Amino acid sequence: MANLAFDIGHLLAGGMLVLSFVLIYQDRITAMLNVFAMQAVALALAVAWQAITHHAPHLFVTAAVALVVKGFVIPAALHRIVRRLGIHREIEQVIGGGPTMLVGLGLVALSIMLVLPVVEGVDPLAREDLAFALAVILLGLLMMITRRNAVSQIVGFMSLENGLVLAATGAKGMPLVVEFSVAFSILIAFIVFGVFVFRIRERFDTVDVSALDAFRGERQEQL
Amino acid sequence: MALIFDLAAQGLQVFLVIAVAPLLLGVSRKVKARLLRRIGPPVLQPYLDIWKLMHKEAVLAHNASWLYRVAPYLVFAAIWVAAALIPTYSTDLPFSWSADLIAIVALLGTARFALALAGMDVGTAFGGIGSSREMLIASLAEPAMLLVAFTVALLIGTTQLSTIATQFAGASVGLRVSLGLALFAFVFVAIAENARIPIDNPATHLELTMVHEAMVLEYSGRHLAMIEAAAALKLQLYFSLLVCLFVPFGMAINDKSPVALALGVAAWMAKILFLAVLLPIGETAVAKMRVFRYPIFLGGAFAAGALAVFLLFVSKGF
Repeated sequence: MANLAFDIGHLLAGGMLVLSFVLIYQDRITAMLNVFAMQAVALALAVAWQAITHHAPHLFVTAAVALVVKGFVIPAALHRIVRRLGIHREIEQVIGGGPTMLVGLGLVALSIMLVLPVVEGVDPLAREDLAFALAVILLGLLMMITRRNAVSQIVGFMSLENGLVLAATGAKGMPLVVEFSVAFSILIAFIVFGVFVFRIRERFDTVDVSALDAFRGERQEQL
Repeated sequence: MALIFDLAAQGLQVFLVIAVAPLLLGVSRKVKARLLRRIGPPVLQPYLDIWKLMHKEAVLAHNASWLYRVAPYLVFAAIWVAAALIPTYSTDLPFSWSADLIAIVALLGTARFALALAGMDVGTAFGGIGSSREMLIASLAEPAMLLVAFTVALLIGTTQLSTIATQFAGASVGLRVSLGLALFAFVFVAIAENARIPIDNPATHLELTMVHEAMVLEYSGRHLAMIEAAAALKLQLYFSLLVCLFVPFGMAINDKSPVALALGVAAWMAKILFLAVLLPIGETAVAKMRVFRYPIFLGGAFAAGALAVFLLFVSKGF
């Protein structure tokens, strides 16, 4: 029975990591948003499973926040933004799909090598959650680096935050106040991003952030 | 007496795999035709095709070397040996000890090498591009396949197929994301290796993008019959391997009673026929891919395999 508890935890946390990879791989924007929503649902399930196995009812609140805010509200809002920007059918030019995957695999290996020796002797599920969480965070960062579309970069940031929540719940949970403030700061960040995306579009007629490069200071000095 | 029975059981497996292989091809062609609202050829058509080709004259190009004549038999023999070794209905056959996952990958590699050489032998343009593309696909698919083998080996501690099947059927393995990922990688590799859509279209001789058919374009008569039979066997081999690695339930495990063996054969037939129906459904749902997208497709399989190995490391520790 204890083995089953570990296996389900492993399945959910591992599923989040796999979905992070799907996010890096996916080049259609609407499909990417759906994958992001799936990752948030997997996060909610993983946190809820932690709540059950560790008898920590306050984690259910975290799970509910993750499910409602990141599983439904933010993806729905992003879908709306994408449709209003008229890029919902766009296929994004991902910079080097294959190399990016290899770098991602390297990051996963790195985070496993890093976390496992540090948390020797801790309960195996927590240890695993920490390793996976670090990997999800790094993959989120990688996605923010390799994507050129502003909406994809937002998704990368949000999936990075999914990793943070997974790490926090693995470490015996965090105070509820902190959790709520994180959730709200994410929402605020999301609103700011949303405003920014529309401002970028208004200015440059595109949400491809490479268009911003031409307006960097050092480039103008060269001219 | 026991030895005779054992040899008979092994012999049954050796002939069962070859007897069933064209049927699977026929079933999947029939299902595909029905999905496209065609009637399609009868299910037994592949047997008739092979029979017909056996009795036709084999035409050789003037500059064909001995290699060109030997290759079809070599390909067929290597694939038949590999197919006969994979545990299909019982884990306890006299030659089970030699059914090693890496040995089977090596046998398939040998067959592919022979076929690629034969494709280039006559010196036609089509044979050349077919061989070069086949090698491209192989160089991408084999690492992914080996990672699948590593995943299973890390989990069970061996690459011997009958032990793997026994352990998995015993349900002592538990719920593993790694196995799901390995299955995903394996399906991608199997699609690429069997020249199915989206990598290659097995039903065409007219496309510039064909791979397997381009290599064997020059063959005719009994040589072509060997190659067609080998292709059918290879499909059956991948189905059996999938069944043996991921759903070995129903197989006769260390049990030599005739009832258990009969149940094993029935379960195996049901499972591979189900896969033969599933394959064309998957094929009609996707479009053929551009050649330049193969690395991305098989890179996904590689990533899934590598991820499966990493996840196992996390849960087991070093």
